[in-house]
Amino acid sequence: MTMPVLLLTDALILLLLAGVVGYFYFVSRRPQMRATWMRVTESPSGMAALVVLFAYLVVGLLDSVHYRPVLEAKDPKAATVYSVEVLSLLDVLASPLRERQERTYSAPFDTRAYSKETIEIPGTDGAPGKQVREFPRLQFGGVHLALESERDRDILVTALRGFSLAFALWLALAALLSAVLARGSAISSSETMRRIWRGETRVPWSAVLIMLGLLLAIGGPVITLCTRYHVLGTDKVGQDVMYLALKSIRTGLVIGTLTTLVLLPLAVVAGVTAGYFRGWVDDVVQYVYTTLNSIPGVLLIAASVLLMQVYIDTHPDLFPTSVQRADLRLLFLCIILGLTSWTGLARLLRGEVLKLREFEYVQAAQAFGVGHSRIISRHILPNVMHVVLISLVLDFSGLVLAEAVLSYVGVGVDPSMTSFGTMINAARLEMGREPMVWWSLAAAFVFMFVLVLAANLFADSVRDAFDPRIRVRGPAMQKG
Amino acid sequence: MLAYIIRRMLYAIPILIGVNLITFALFFVVNTPEDIARMQLGAKRVTPEAIEKWKGEHGYDKPLLYNAAANGTDKISDTIFFDKSVRLFVFDFGNADDGRSIGHEISTRMWPSLALALPTFLIGLLFNVTIALLMAFFRATYLDFWGVVLCVAMMSISGLFYIIGGQYLISKLWNLVPISGFSGGFDAFKFLALPVAVGVIGGVGSGARWYRSFFLEEMGKDYVRTARAKGLSENVVMFRHVLQNAMIPILTGVVVVIPTLFMGSLISESFFGIPGLGSYTIDAIQAQDFAIVRAMVFMGSVLYIAGLLLTDISYTLVDPRIRLE
Repeated sequence: MTMPVLLLTDALILLLLAGVVGYFYFVSRRPQMRATWMRVTESPSGMAALVVLFAYLVVGLLDSVHYRPVLEAKDPKAATVYSVEVLSLLDVLASPLRERQERTYSAPFDTRAYSKETIEIPGTDGAPGKQVREFPRLQFGGVHLALESERDRDILVTALRGFSLAFALWLALAALLSAVLARGSAISSSETMRRIWRGETRVPWSAVLIMLGLLLAIGGPVITLCTRYHVLGTDKVGQDVMYLALKSIRTGLVIGTLTTLVLLPLAVVAGVTAGYFRGWVDDVVQYVYTTLNSIPGVLLIAASVLLMQVYIDTHPDLFPTSVQRADLRLLFLCIILGLTSWTGLARLLRGEVLKLREFEYVQAAQAFGVGHSRIISRHILPNVMHVVLISLVLDFSGLVLAEAVLSYVGVGVDPSMTSFGTMINAARLEMGREPMVWWSLAAAFVFMFVLVLAANLFADSVRDAFDPRIRVRGPAMQKG
Repeated sequence: MLAYIIRRMLYAIPILIGVNLITFALFFVVNTPEDIARMQLGAKRVTPEAIEKWKGEHGYDKPLLYNAAANGTDKISDTIFFDKSVRLFVFDFGNADDGRSIGHEISTRMWPSLALALPTFLIGLLFNVTIALLMAFFRATYLDFWGVVLCVAMMSISGLFYIIGGQYLISKLWNLVPISGFSGGFDAFKFLALPVAVGVIGGVGSGARWYRSFFLEEMGKDYVRTARAKGLSENVVMFRHVLQNAMIPILTGVVVVIPTLFMGSLISESFFGIPGLGSYTIDAIQAQDFAIVRAMVFMGSVLYIAGLLLTDISYTLVDPRIRLE
């Protein structure tokens, strides 16, 4: 048996996931909210982005289920001892990547190390051995090859195998989709398929399928190649860069999502009460957010993180494993980011509520003697939810980008935790090497770019669907 | 007008007191000077004497808020709060942990920061507004569509990549300008060209898209329709009516950042080795020099509040409908 470990961020992610599921259940029972969300699903770029985000989410969630493996005991009667190493499901799935660690740098797909080493060649028949300087063969990358010259052919064959598997999977998924869509209607599933391709469905399934096909076309070959080569090369200590990039995803997602968990209650409570009650409540809230806003954001974050660092250093006994310490630091970072960034949303909400409270239906409710809390929850909150939602999805990509900068400044995540920021930070020094090590930076760039781009596109389609100002504009304005 | 400005400046005082209290709480109450001393001195086995000595050298050996041992007004003034926080109000920043005067450092490092931040800001603004105007002019065409796509793609790239990419391409591959460094006089140009270019390009994505939405919103208004109905050409509508009116939110939005330009850019300065306030702050954060961080927090707040004041004044200048009472 293994010992499951529930890190604090894991628990909060599960909570957040439950919240999102609950929200969509809530939405599905309210026709007008469902209609707005349906508009999100009508945007091809939004749906394609959603597919990508979903892929990232799966990786992040797999990486959020942790456990401590049992150490193999020599004495079968002894009590089970758990390893201090905390693993996640992703680590298990990616164990070919995790365990095949080289000694140092190697380029993508290379079979030999990136720098020369002195190798002892044993002499034959008692003759003295000699030393040569050469690029040593890697311990794992392409080690199955008898001849290194066969490498290119082998890569092609392996990639094709992965591609055909992915293609078969994609065909199956497309068939499944059209079967599901055709179910309960008079149209046959082949006709549904044709309609999907012509873009005649209300939800742009063709965009979803194309994006899915693209992901599978890249993912399939990469997965089969990963078991034989280091597709993205290895880093300074010989770790597979692909593995590091996959591990970074969770960090980025945690920062982008958990921060909102802190930010949301603060912003909603402060903004809504300030706008609704006005008077001294408004003065206090405005004072607090002007004060917080006037402190330069990075400095406030840096100061808080430094102080947290002092706390962690002086209380080493609180953290049984280094993963738990890094995790707590990540959580603190989210809390700090949340505490420093709620002001923008609070200000927006305050302005919106100031307008709303003058509306006739609110005044009617007041005239009927409805209590403040009821007016807020029934009449005010539902009507500002679009502001909250839009700003949350817009914030996500900004937070992922902020993590990279903060890690560079040295106030980001724990150095032992892989993140896009720590990858870029390490890669910066590698760029100065001769010959240059470019693959870590390229990997961080691609993984981060795709995530942030997808988040931005999805945020745009959410905003287009929810922003009431955009709906009233003419059709010519809506384009783009 | 003058009365308004004076009132606004008085309003800034409670905010600065608030900033001061927050930083004081962060630096001295949540973590006591003991903790800081222990961290500065490094090793886990520090003797209490060493801590006392460090605190004495850096002026942390006083009571936090109230000195019962002192006489008269010294009861209040001979404390850490008075020494470290209240003095900031008269811009007396004291010394850094390495003994150098923070005030002097700020006054010399301000200029390189400004030399980088001001051109980046001005050229960037011009660039963004021009591109946004172009996209709005060609709205709902392929040019606009691909422009927006490009903007979204560019704003999805972390600023760090622009810097690393720029340094690699321009400096390492093409050898056009030095990778990093700074010097005074006209030589500064060759050191500043790349950081400024990188700063401008890095900001185009979000900036141009943001301003484009201002222009489009303005173009949906009734007076624009009236202008077109009068038979004015699209050029006149765009440049005389829309541009001028859209400049109101744009200008007032950017005025707030002008004073904070003095603070410099943290990332860009440290990558390009420019000895400005940004790299000073980063070095302080990495060396965990709390005195400098505290001073910079205070400076930043003062400048931000100045920016807010300037914003309000600029409203009256560009929008004659607004009168400050």
